[in-house]
Amino acid sequence: MEDNHTVMDTTLEQLVGSLKDTPGALLPILHRIQDQFGYVPDRALPIIAKALRCTTADVHGVISFYHHFRRSQPGRHLLEVCRAEACQARGAREFERHVKERLKIGFDQTTADGEFTLKAVYCLGNCATGPSLRQGDRVLSRMNPERFDKLVEDLTTYKLELK
Amino acid sequence: MTLRVFVPYETTALSLGADDVATLICREAEARGIELELVRNGSRGLFWLEPLVEVETDAGRYAFGPVEAGDVASLFEAGFARGAVDHPLALGPTEEIPWLKRQQRVTFARIGVTDPVSIEDYRAHGGFAGLEKAVTCTPQQLVDMVKASGLRGRGGAAFPTGIKWQTVLDAKGAKKYIVCNADEGDSGTFADRLVMESDPYMLIEGMVIAGLAVGATQGYIYLREEYPLADELLTLAIERARAAGFLGDDILGSGQRFELEVRLGAGAYICGEETSLLESLEGKRGLVRAKPPLPAIEGLFGMPTVVNNVLSLAAVPSILSEGPEHYASFGIDRSKGTLPFQLAGNLTRGGLVELAFGHSLRELIEDFGGGTATGRPVRAVQVGGPLGAYLSPAQFDTLLDYEAFSAIGAVLGHGGVVVFDDSVDMAEQARFSMEFCVEESCGKCTPCRIGAVRGVEVIDRIMQGESRDANLALLDDLCDTMMQGSLCAMGGMTPFPVKSAMTLFPEDFQRQRGDQS
Repeated sequence: MEDNHTVMDTTLEQLVGSLKDTPGALLPILHRIQDQFGYVPDRALPIIAKALRCTTADVHGVISFYHHFRRSQPGRHLLEVCRAEACQARGAREFERHVKERLKIGFDQTTADGEFTLKAVYCLGNCATGPSLRQGDRVLSRMNPERFDKLVEDLTTYKLELK
Repeated sequence: MTLRVFVPYETTALSLGADDVATLICREAEARGIELELVRNGSRGLFWLEPLVEVETDAGRYAFGPVEAGDVASLFEAGFARGAVDHPLALGPTEEIPWLKRQQRVTFARIGVTDPVSIEDYRAHGGFAGLEKAVTCTPQQLVDMVKASGLRGRGGAAFPTGIKWQTVLDAKGAKKYIVCNADEGDSGTFADRLVMESDPYMLIEGMVIAGLAVGATQGYIYLREEYPLADELLTLAIERARAAGFLGDDILGSGQRFELEVRLGAGAYICGEETSLLESLEGKRGLVRAKPPLPAIEGLFGMPTVVNNVLSLAAVPSILSEGPEHYASFGIDRSKGTLPFQLAGNLTRGGLVELAFGHSLRELIEDFGGGTATGRPVRAVQVGGPLGAYLSPAQFDTLLDYEAFSAIGAVLGHGGVVVFDDSVDMAEQARFSMEFCVEESCGKCTPCRIGAVRGVEVIDRIMQGESRDANLALLDDLCDTMMQGSLCAMGGMTPFPVKSAMTLFPEDFQRQRGDQS
């Protein structure tokens, strides 16, 4: 465990060090950390604060302001359901209900098996072919219960390699 | 002879399977021994036809759509290379598709035609002609041209761009900045995304010209995190533009300097408000600043800063290359030029329609949009994003210009048009507007932070039939407080959709409903 922490700290320090002199460095730093670890670990806060000469409270304040940043590890797949008007007009409310029922979780929650984390998003800019869903960096159009169930199945089916 | 095929590489096309179609086209061509050149172009914005595949023939480009993976073999069977006019998905020559032909594409002239990240393609279609002219002009001449074009900020507020530039040009500062607001968070809008994904050099060129005009040496594109593909393509385009001498220390050999960088937002709608955006760029919570001072005087890091929307900056290259008179020849009265309307929501033919100001909303919804996708009557339309008013069909003859919309208490904003059919519950929509404000308020001023929470509560009581009249009066009062007392448009305009829903669709606020659990 100690070793893991040391490795993580080294990575964090390198990462923060490479960006700390960029003007307005905090958001780029947080993005890089989250891209690397999937979330912003608690251990990152004092390291960032020291490099940017601010308090850990300042860093926490910024993280908590933005919907994108997370303080804990998300599920294996991140699913973002668009809740905005253009998707509502194409059935997003019903779709959202189905997604929550199917995964048995609400927004900002992770399924018990750690497979899916669900998030609300307000517009993916894919407004003519909604309801839209983002999975990782992929956007999907014209979502409905059937297509969603198929997606969940595809994402949770593991290919076994036969030797 | 090489077969030249175009398959868009753009969010909506990809979301509908464009990558699979591209792969299959390659495989099919190989199996048939056909030499293929596959171009990943941008999208022309005819989203109901995506993936829209084009093929180059002796008589120009022919289109097919929407093409699914299963259609690829039959396209080849039908004589793809000759335009395959008998194929059920054949749309004929692309430029002749009425939906496209009827538009007045100025800013979006190249969109979907070219390979977005190819500088050669961009130049072959008139790209960088504006910048070549700009390096021979004085800053004041550049600002004067933008003023003469009549261009107004396309982000929604419609402030004259030339006047903003003049203020920054005249301001003293050790360093000046050009900030592009690419935090396109309004539901029903995707024009900025299309520019960045399908014609990124146009935005880059516009920003360099802006830099030359006001004496700024650093530019930032503040891009929303929700647009990963735009990030990928813009970043690549910036690298290539720098390597080709359009960015950097010596732009086109003029000795002038301009650097450009993409910065990602982090899922905060409020950061589309310019002062909140600047705070975020500085690495802080996106709290709205009080104005004055204007960002043009004290903006990013306290320095004079131009903050312009993607579409405003994207309009600049053609204003330079074609001349400001050409741009001003489009539009009516004080609304000069063109606006890309974004047809979204429940429509048969959604997508991007660039038109000069002065057409009617009805034309957009009925002629271009083709009515609702569900086939039911249109009941309400929200124009200008989540802070824009809802309109009823009785108002569809309103002309699309800033002043005409303002006269009926609505906003044209960024040109997003979201259509709802008659199954919509307008009390539910009003509640959502308040809920959205709760979610996205920066929290700095009380009317917005607390008002929105109270707004949701009051609408809940109205929907449950609890002291309905008194609560409706209270909601009206609350809306006034938010409008008068909020620091920015978030709290100040959230009442627009709420009040318009109450006024135009009062029956939805009187209806008895089931349990609201």
